[in-house]
Amino acid sequence: MKTVKVYGPGCKRCDTTEAMVRDAAAKLGIAIDVEKVTDPRAIAMAGVMSTPGISVDGKLVHAGGLPDAAKLETWLTA
Amino acid sequence: MSVAHTSPRPARPDWTWHLGVIAFAALWWLVYRQLIPLSEWLVGLMPVDRHSHTGEAIAFFLYDVPKVMMLLTLIVFAMGVVRSFFSPEKTRAVLSGKREGVGNVLAAGLGVLTPFCSCSAVPLFIGFVSAGVPLGVTFSFLIAAPMVNEVALVLLFGLVGWKVAVTYLVLGLGIAVVAGFVIGKLRLEGWLQDWVRDIHSGANTQELAEGERPTMTDRYRLGIAAVREIFAKVWLWIILGIGTGALIHGYVPQDLMVRIMGADAWWSVPAAVLMGVPMYTNAAGVIPIVEALLGKAAALGTVLAFMMSVIALSLPEMIILRQVLTLRLIAVFIGVVASGILAVGFLFNLIF
Repeated sequence: MKTVKVYGPGCKRCDTTEAMVRDAAAKLGIAIDVEKVTDPRAIAMAGVMSTPGISVDGKLVHAGGLPDAAKLETWLTA
Repeated sequence: MSVAHTSPRPARPDWTWHLGVIAFAALWWLVYRQLIPLSEWLVGLMPVDRHSHTGEAIAFFLYDVPKVMMLLTLIVFAMGVVRSFFSPEKTRAVLSGKREGVGNVLAAGLGVLTPFCSCSAVPLFIGFVSAGVPLGVTFSFLIAAPMVNEVALVLLFGLVGWKVAVTYLVLGLGIAVVAGFVIGKLRLEGWLQDWVRDIHSGANTQELAEGERPTMTDRYRLGIAAVREIFAKVWLWIILGIGTGALIHGYVPQDLMVRIMGADAWWSVPAAVLMGVPMYTNAAGVIPIVEALLGKAAALGTVLAFMMSVIALSLPEMIILRQVLTLRLIAVFIGVVASGILAVGFLFNLIF
């Protein structure tokens, strides 16, 4: 099972991103474990400088702005 | 299973986008030039005397709202495309290890061009400082990024005039450079929160994997996304702001404004700065009021100081930064930036 982390202090776009990740996984039929990281210190330690950021299995794939839906699916299936 | 939702739209080649953008710009220009006759015609349809208070207020509103909306669309789109060439990661790479002075100037400039949202101020701050960007240089970036933004500049240009817009741009950058430089000289690294100091350079070595280079089409799309996002955020403020401006324009007696905000009252500049700190609105909400105040002969320096204070010294941002800065450092930050704004206010009242 993939572990997906969504980094964001709680702005609206960060919540939207989390929902997008869950939707994409549900649609692809992939079981994932989504963790929302809101602690600014943890966000910074992960190397994310602009939120929302996304990492899949510890690998940072996205930072800053809403992710592209098509790209999101490729990250989840990779 | 429905795939309609996922299948990407058929990719149009870049040149159709170029054509679309050019066609849009041409159409924009045609409509923009017709705004005055259009608004006068609309006022003429209403059962009010054009030269009465009500007529003045309505004409002001009907001309300024579409004008500002159109200017915003154009400039925000352009800035969205330009910003797609910049990122916090690239900016950090440019700034890390830069000496103060040159670094402050670069940081203030990049603060305008790098995509930035105040909700990621803390991770960005840590990312910069931990990668060896000097504290003062980081502050130059953090002051310039919100203060010199395209929404403020467009509104100043559209409602007050290009001279004031350019002055705001230059002085905003100036304050960011000088305030960052002063904070750097004070050597306040020890006043960061303990845990921030403990994140040593290179603590996070993970870099975002380089995706494929975005095409021009991707960049145009980012521009459109920026327009959508800004409009969702500011349209109500613009209408409220210009509405208030229209009322002041039509009704508030001139000598009252002069007495409160004229250049003669020396205390008006510090009072404007103080009033601005707890007020938190984006540039859109405050500038139409600014324009109407200026129209009623309030002093330019006082009004600019008020505006800069509202935008650059906001309480919510201080609360966010409190996570990484000690109270002492925040106090210095406010003190230095407020002094800069005061200087600008007094200087302007003296010159103009």
